Amino acid sequence: MLFTHKTQSDLSQYGWSVATVLAIAAICFPFTDLIGYRTVSLILLMVVSILAMRFSIGPVSVAAILSALIWDFFFIPPHFTLTVGHGEDALMLLMYFIIALLNGILTNQMKVYDRIMRRREDKESTLRLYNTLFNSLSHELRTPIATILAASENLASKDQQWSEQDKQAMNHVIHTGAERLNRLVDNLLNVSRLESGHLTLKWDWCDVGELINTAALRLKPDLDNKTLHIKIPANWPLMRLDFVLMEQAIYNLLHNAATYTPPGTRIEVDGAYQNHQLTIRISDNGQGFKEEEDLLRIFEKFYRPAGSKAGGVGLGLSIVKGVIKAHHGSIEVRNKPDGGAEFILNIPTGQLLRPTVNH
Amino acid sequence: MPCILIIDDESAIRKLLEITLQANGYKTQSAANAQEGVTMAAMHPPDLILLDLGLPDEDGQSVLIRLREWFRQPILILSVRSGEEDVVQALDHGANDYLIKPFRPGELLARIRSALRLAQSGDQDPVQEFGNLTVDVATRTVRKNNEPVKLTSTEFALLSLFVRNEGKVLTHSFILREVWGPGYVTQTQYPRVFVGQLRKKIEDEPDQPRFILTESGVGYRFVGNT
Repeated sequence: MLFTHKTQSDLSQYGWSVATVLAIAAICFPFTDLIGYRTVSLILLMVVSILAMRFSIGPVSVAAILSALIWDFFFIPPHFTLTVGHGEDALMLLMYFIIALLNGILTNQMKVYDRIMRRREDKESTLRLYNTLFNSLSHELRTPIATILAASENLASKDQQWSEQDKQAMNHVIHTGAERLNRLVDNLLNVSRLESGHLTLKWDWCDVGELINTAALRLKPDLDNKTLHIKIPANWPLMRLDFVLMEQAIYNLLHNAATYTPPGTRIEVDGAYQNHQLTIRISDNGQGFKEEEDLLRIFEKFYRPAGSKAGGVGLGLSIVKGVIKAHHGSIEVRNKPDGGAEFILNIPTGQLLRPTVNH
Repeated sequence: MPCILIIDDESAIRKLLEITLQANGYKTQSAANAQEGVTMAAMHPPDLILLDLGLPDEDGQSVLIRLREWFRQPILILSVRSGEEDVVQALDHGANDYLIKPFRPGELLARIRSALRLAQSGDQDPVQEFGNLTVDVATRTVRKNNEPVKLTSTEFALLSLFVRNEGKVLTHSFILREVWGPGYVTQTQYPRVFVGQLRKKIEDEPDQPRFILTESGVGYRFVGNT
C-alpha cells in the first residue's frame, strides 16, 4: 500500500481525491437532517485522512480544501451559500480546515520517513550480503593458504625429523589445499565470464554422451566411495552446444552431488530427447535439501544451505544456471519423493545431426 | 641428454620446471621474456621449448610464429584455464602440444617424452602395439585381442593419424584437414561422429575410452600406453 503513491500518477491522484470527496458528500447530503451537519464534517475529515494515507501531499490538500468548501456550501446553514450563520460553525470550519491539512502533512511525513528507513534497510542488507561474501571468500582463500604455508614450513624445517608417513600427510595437505584454491579461482573466473555479458557461446556439434563422460572422467578422483551411473541412449544425434561450458556445468552438478552426499551414495545421470528438447537429469539418493528455502535459492550466487560442509562459496550452481541460461534452457531442482536431490536440465536443441556412415 | 628451453615470466614456475626437468635427466635453459627466449633459442638451439603464452613483452602467438619460421623441434605451450581458444590457435600456429596451468609434473613429463619421441622417430614401425590393440599401417589391418577389427577407410585413416601422432593432442581442424581434406575444416561434426564409431570398435568401454581421449574444447589425443 505504501507504494501506491509511486505507481499512480499525480493527475489521477487529484482526480480520485476530488471524486471521492464529491461522492461521499453526495451520499451524506440526503441524510443531513438525520445525522446532523456536524457529523458530516467528521465523515469528510475521515475521508481526507484515508486519502492522506495513500496519496501525496498535493491531492490531499485539494481534498481538504474542497471538502471544507463543500461542507460550508451544502451543509452549514444557510445552505448553498458560503456564508456561515453561527459563530461556532465558523470556528468549526476553521478547525476542520486546519485538522484536514495537518492530517495530510503528518501522514506525508510518515511516508517519507518510512521510505528513508526502507532505503536504509536495503543498504544494510546489501552491506550484510557483501560482508558474508567477504567473510566466506576470505575464509575460503585463507584456509588452504594457511594449511599450505604451515605444511610447507614444517617440511622445510631442519630441526625436525619427520617420519615418511608425516611427510606424506603434509604433502597431501598441500596438494588438497592447492586444488581447493584452484577450484575456487576457476569458479570465480567462470562467474565473471558469465556475468560480464561478453561471453559468446562457441556453438559446435556435440555428442552429449561424450560430453557427460568427459565431465565424469574429470570427477573420478573426487568420487570417493560414491558411485556414478550414466544412462545416455547410444546413437543420439549430435546437438549444437558449447562443449566446454556444458561440460563445466555437468561437472559442477556432479561435483556437488559427490561433495554433499553421504558415503555410499548413488549418483545417476540420465538423458532424454523429445520435441527438440534435450533433458538431462542428475539425481542422487542422498539426503536432499533440508529447507524449502534451499530449493528456492540454491542457484543464487553465494547462497549456501545452512550447515553446508566447509569448502566452496556457493558459486558452482550459479555457474550452472548461467551456462544453461546462455543456452536458452532452464534448470529445476527438487527433492525426490523417495529421498535425495534431483536436478533437471532442459535445453532446446533446434537443429540436429544424425550420425551417418557414408565414408 | 635433451636440452629444454623454458620461456616463462614467472620465476617460481621457472624454478619448479627446472628442478622437475633436471631431476628427470634433462638439461635446461630459462628465459623470462620473449626477447631473451628467442635469442637463447637461436644461440643454443634446444631440443624442445616450453613456451608460456602470457609473456610481458610480446604476445605468445607471435613469439610462436616467429620461432616456427626456423625452429623445427617441438614447442609445448603453457596456458591458463579457459584459454582453449588460444590453445587451439597456438596448435594451429605450429605448437606441438599444450599444458594447462596448473599442471601435474607427471603430465608435463609425459607430454615432453611423447613430443621428443615423435620428433626423433623418423620412420615409424608399420606395426604398432598398444595393449590389446595392434595397428598395422602397411597392411591396413587392426586387431583387438588378436581378433581382426573391421574399419571403414575413413575410420582407418583417422586411426592411423592418431597412431602416427601418439600422445599428441590433435585439434578438430587438423584432423579434418588431414583425414577429409582442406575443404572440410569447418565440418566439426565429422570427427565427433567418426571418433564415436572408432571408439565403439577399438575401446573396451567406449564410454570410458583409454585410447582416444577428448580434450575439452580443443580436440582429441590418442594415448597408446598408459
